[in-house]
Amino acid sequence: MTVALYRIDDRLIHGQVVVGWGQPLDCTFIVLVDDEVRSSEWEQDLYRMGVPPHIEVVFASVDEAAERLPAWEAEPRVGILLVGDIDTAAALAARSARVKRLNVGGIHHRAGRTERLRFVYLTDAEAAKLRQLAATGVEVTAQDVPTARPVPLGEFT
Amino acid sequence: MSEPLRGVIVSHAAIAQALVSAVSVITGIDGALTPVSNEGCDNDALGERLRAAVGSAPAVLFVDLPGGSCLTNSIRYAKQHADVAVVTGVNLAMLLDFVFHRDVPAAEAARRAADAGGKAIRVTAA
Repeated sequence: MTVALYRIDDRLIHGQVVVGWGQPLDCTFIVLVDDEVRSSEWEQDLYRMGVPPHIEVVFASVDEAAERLPAWEAEPRVGILLVGDIDTAAALAARSARVKRLNVGGIHHRAGRTERLRFVYLTDAEAAKLRQLAATGVEVTAQDVPTARPVPLGEFT
Repeated sequence: MSEPLRGVIVSHAAIAQALVSAVSVITGIDGALTPVSNEGCDNDALGERLRAAVGSAPAVLFVDLPGGSCLTNSIRYAKQHADVAVVTGVNLAMLLDFVFHRDVPAAEAARRAADAGGKAIRVTAA
């Protein structure tokens, strides 16, 4: 057992994560890596709402996450690690070689982004960052829910 | 009160739109409820949809689940607006009651709606 899913999802903790992935993985802890949320008690309370009591939610900065990843990976429990954007994922991967795979779960439309998949919109620069991550040995795929096909990076960037 | 309460239903997929349609069919009241879906939205975009839906009127936000992006963004919005209240677990019964009782403050309307919605959940005899 370990961190079973490293996910980029701009909604962070939401139904697709808690129910869609959490149930089949039998997940009992979620690590939310976000410097801004880590510094806001109120935002943390907000993200704890709706998470069933048997799932622990851990809030970490990028630096804290890099330091604690070995312990989370050694957990007897199954966990999910979430980041809200590609920059945070890249920052974490740069600080820890333990990030070996990334699930692009939800990056939604904003000005400058184009649709790559129904649930993935990227600027050209963001697509390039994902390819750079892959070039360092991180396996990057896109998959919103477990029942969907993991889409290889080459098919959406 | 100068302006009646607005109800904004915040949901996954097309639930909100379907509930608005159902209330209109049953009561003949249009314009009291506005649907907002989180489809295709990140948190910023959903916040923008909420701002557009609520406008300047006092409002009750009816959210489908007691957690997730619909709720977190609704609470963020309500925190910045004193005349906005949030109810989770939206169902048709609470909306039918709400559209006939919009001349009270948002917090009171939210409590009343939650009560009406809760009473509608029953296990019936076969």
